[in-house]
Amino acid sequence: MEQLFNRKYIIQGLFIVIAIILLAKLFYIQIVSDKAFVAAESNVLKKKFKYPARGAILDRKMRVIVQNEPVYDLMVIPNEVKSFDTLALANALDISVEEVRKNMRKAKLKSNYQATPFSKQISVQSYARLQEIMYRFPGFSTQDRTIRHYPDSVGGQLFGYVKEVDSADIARSEGFYRPGDYKGKSGLERSYEEMLRGEKGVINTVYDAKNIPQGSYADGKYDINAVSGERLISGIDIEVQKLGEQLMNNKVGAIVAIEPASGEILAMVSSPGYDPNLLVGKSQGNNYMNLIGNPYRPSLVRPIQGYYPPGSAFKPIDALIGLQEGVIDPNTTFFCPHYYQAGNRRIKCEHFDGSISLRRGIARSCNTYFCYVFQKLITKNGMKNQRLTYQDWRDKVAKFGFGDKLGVDLPFEQKGYFYNSDHYDKIYGKRWGYTNVISQAIGQGEITATPLQIANAMAVIANRGYYIKPHLIKAMGDKLLVKKEYVTKNYVGIDLKHFEPVIDGMQDAVNTAWGTAILSRIPDIILCGKTGTVQNSRGKNHSVFIGFAPRDNPKIAIAVIVENAGFGSTYAAPIASYMVEKYLKGAISGNRIAQAEWMKNQNLLPLLIDKTKKAKLTKADSLIIRKTDSIKRINDSLKLKAVTAKRPLSAQLVKKPIIATKPESNKR
Amino acid sequence: MIQQQGNRFFFNVDWITVLIYIALCVIGFTNIYASVPHNDANAAFDFSSNYGKQLIYVISGLILGLSLLLFDGRLFNVFAPFIYGGTLVLLVVVLFIGRNVGGNQAWIPIGSFRLQPSEFAKFGTALLLARYVSTFNPKFRDFKSIFIAGIIVAAPLLLIMLQPDTGSALVFLAFMFPLYREGLSGYFLLIFLGMIVLFVADFLVPTAALIIILIAIGGLFIYANRRKQKLIITTVFVTLIAIAYLFLIKIAYEKVLAPHQRSRIELMLGLKTDNKGAGYNVIQSQIAIGSGQLTGRGYLQGTQTKYGYVPEKTTDFIFSVIGEEWGFLGCSVVIALYIFLLLRLVNLAERQRSTFSRVYGYSVACILFFHIFINIGMTIGIIPVIGIPLPLISYGGSSLWSFTILIFIFLKLDSNRMGFI
Repeated sequence: MEQLFNRKYIIQGLFIVIAIILLAKLFYIQIVSDKAFVAAESNVLKKKFKYPARGAILDRKMRVIVQNEPVYDLMVIPNEVKSFDTLALANALDISVEEVRKNMRKAKLKSNYQATPFSKQISVQSYARLQEIMYRFPGFSTQDRTIRHYPDSVGGQLFGYVKEVDSADIARSEGFYRPGDYKGKSGLERSYEEMLRGEKGVINTVYDAKNIPQGSYADGKYDINAVSGERLISGIDIEVQKLGEQLMNNKVGAIVAIEPASGEILAMVSSPGYDPNLLVGKSQGNNYMNLIGNPYRPSLVRPIQGYYPPGSAFKPIDALIGLQEGVIDPNTTFFCPHYYQAGNRRIKCEHFDGSISLRRGIARSCNTYFCYVFQKLITKNGMKNQRLTYQDWRDKVAKFGFGDKLGVDLPFEQKGYFYNSDHYDKIYGKRWGYTNVISQAIGQGEITATPLQIANAMAVIANRGYYIKPHLIKAMGDKLLVKKEYVTKNYVGIDLKHFEPVIDGMQDAVNTAWGTAILSRIPDIILCGKTGTVQNSRGKNHSVFIGFAPRDNPKIAIAVIVENAGFGSTYAAPIASYMVEKYLKGAISGNRIAQAEWMKNQNLLPLLIDKTKKAKLTKADSLIIRKTDSIKRINDSLKLKAVTAKRPLSAQLVKKPIIATKPESNKR
Repeated sequence: MIQQQGNRFFFNVDWITVLIYIALCVIGFTNIYASVPHNDANAAFDFSSNYGKQLIYVISGLILGLSLLLFDGRLFNVFAPFIYGGTLVLLVVVLFIGRNVGGNQAWIPIGSFRLQPSEFAKFGTALLLARYVSTFNPKFRDFKSIFIAGIIVAAPLLLIMLQPDTGSALVFLAFMFPLYREGLSGYFLLIFLGMIVLFVADFLVPTAALIIILIAIGGLFIYANRRKQKLIITTVFVTLIAIAYLFLIKIAYEKVLAPHQRSRIELMLGLKTDNKGAGYNVIQSQIAIGSGQLTGRGYLQGTQTKYGYVPEKTTDFIFSVIGEEWGFLGCSVVIALYIFLLLRLVNLAERQRSTFSRVYGYSVACILFFHIFINIGMTIGIIPVIGIPLPLISYGGSSLWSFTILIFIFLKLDSNRMGFI
């Protein structure tokens, strides 16, 4: 009996062992593993996103230049769909029956239970048709969202475009973006993405096992209201921008206009351009491919990515540094025998003036004068120290914004080329002097700059000594925030007194009978400027003009480059003058209206070049002329650019059309 | 007899057990209430709903239990054969006039109420087994007594298998423990355990490998006891039976079990996964319980059970409501209450002078134990889906009342422990 009594403990022990087993398993699934919790949430919780409207962009006169318009995505939950009238749906959406079936298959592949896009960005008309017959299509629903609209149809490259995020974007954002979100991919849409995109709203709804909504989750505690993106105010004057694009119609080139005192970009034309509305909506993909395939490369943002030698536009900077360094004074004259002799080579000059002063040298764009200035600058510390002196000179010029990014608020800005002494050491060893790099005196040779850098240098002269980093957006959001870097003055190290003599010459260039741009004189406005004609080894010369106006308290600084258009005075200078007049006076006056119209109708598109053939030639040439002087070394520098390691695709595109120049034929 | 002057009927009743009983009933009701959405705060208390009905069952169950205390305990001893016979008759009757619910011919409709005879058969069997043991005082050393006890348990078991309600039938195996307490050899339990282990192993390990393992174990055992000739013969015999059993399982598995039972077993053993079909219940139940984490989502805050992701959430899967809303702490409290009840019942049984009361007490404890283990084990996926209720907590009048009767009769017997029945 005693033995049997002990069996009680065996039975009770069994009870306890089993209880511990149960608790152990409970401990595992409730506390150790959170798989069940996640699965439970995904069982009942369905998130519906509310997409915020992107921020609008206004121009400097508070006109809306980028806005939103409503579109609708047709969503479908495949397992709720009953057999439906495919034809009626196809008709309402303006697509074929096959496409309806294809979309349905795609949606099923994505998810059977979640709402997935069936047809994206359907038009308002389709939406209206669809609303009437929607009751016949259970399982379908519409999701409203907004797409961009650009009322003026200009500024494609500036504004950029917005596109649905791809898997790479999602991965990079570490979960911020989700499939179906949109994101600015280029231009302002890209650089101000974080301001413009706003905050996505979420509505958490609880669904029961039959997929019937049971109200909001946790009384909406985790719901988020959509917050619209911030408004941006740009420095652009849309009327001037529009005029610029019209003037540059059927031409290749760029215009950049800056308000010197603030650094605000007033207009930025990249030609050929495109209508930004092309990259919105359903045909975005096709239009994008067309733009990419266009041989004139409208996708290139020439004001910040195009490389051009500044040419004669560089001469005022030569003069300023010469004055500052004391190698010349405003009364210094040089004798111009119609050429400048640099070692065994000659740089020709277009005019016969004999002894020529600084003021006239600028107005007449005298190559000889500025080659002497350059010679004096590089040799001022003695012939043996030219290498160091060159580097010193190079750094002083770089303060004007050459050779590095200016930090404009657009993505993919390029630096241009402006070499250090080290670069020439590699080519010449340690023994080289001003004659090897003389072409830089007149803005040729290895120096290339973006139109933005060239315009910015003009803003420095207009401001008499400083610039503010050029930027497109002058204020962000309701609080009108401004980035600090866009209010900081960057001084270039030239004393105030040295500017007036140079500006005198620039005033004469436009406003005197002997100036190079007299035809572009604007009534009542003193436009100070400088023409440039940059020879292009692959076709006609580039026409360049830089300037600012009015002379006192300047309101606009401008750079215009028209590729393959010949003399600076024929195309670039008039275009600049129309832009300046439009901006300062609101309209072009008198018979200049007809001239502007004529300009708009000029077709200066260059003939297309066989790129493959040209590339071979360049390489062969560069091997032969590797060690000649700078005048002959343009092709060599082209080759060096070609081997410059990894650059963004857009930059690669820039390289090929860079225009090799020969200083002998640099005119005016 | 002086002590009985105070309150004759409720004298000596173990009120601790009654309190646990009431606590479990309240837990049951509150969780059944929580298993359906209550979006509209103004909705009146609804007696046509499950929780409304359960409240009636709980109150009437308590009245029934307390009124059982009014009977003279000796009556149950005397009427044991009749009660057992009555439940057997009901089990036969249900096969002919019963209503089929969920594939089981288990319910006799009486008005709006449905009676489940298998619930009451446990009670009848427990009484008769206790009567048999107390009358003949067998020590289960001989074949005859084991055979008679086996018949008493097997008769209702087989009738229930015919419904077929495998879950309820399985519970009758619980009677092995009272018999063990009364002298049945521990080998029966070991054999039973061995059968389960081999059954599970047969699915997870190739049969050929199992046979080799069995022979190896047998060989080692023989080698260790090589001097004892009798043991060698037994070992060889047992090994051969075990091998035969392996093949029998395969055949029985294919021929006897229904497809849904086969898939439940395979799911439990992890041999297949099925999120939509047979595996849905178990997976959703585990998701619900697991999502409760340490402290649960809070009362009435559960989503999985309330919004229909867990089927049978008021009856067989009521534990998932507790798991989801009360978390690990709540589950631990419920399991602790049960274990306390079970240990208490065994202790009460041991203090009985009469064998009848002791055997009956052990039967009650072990029936409850089987229900608790199988039901909770099923909701957390360590036992295949076997549809039996969680005692006192699951929704349902028949089950609540039958457990009430089981427990309160024992309490009555216990209150008479000084007397001789």
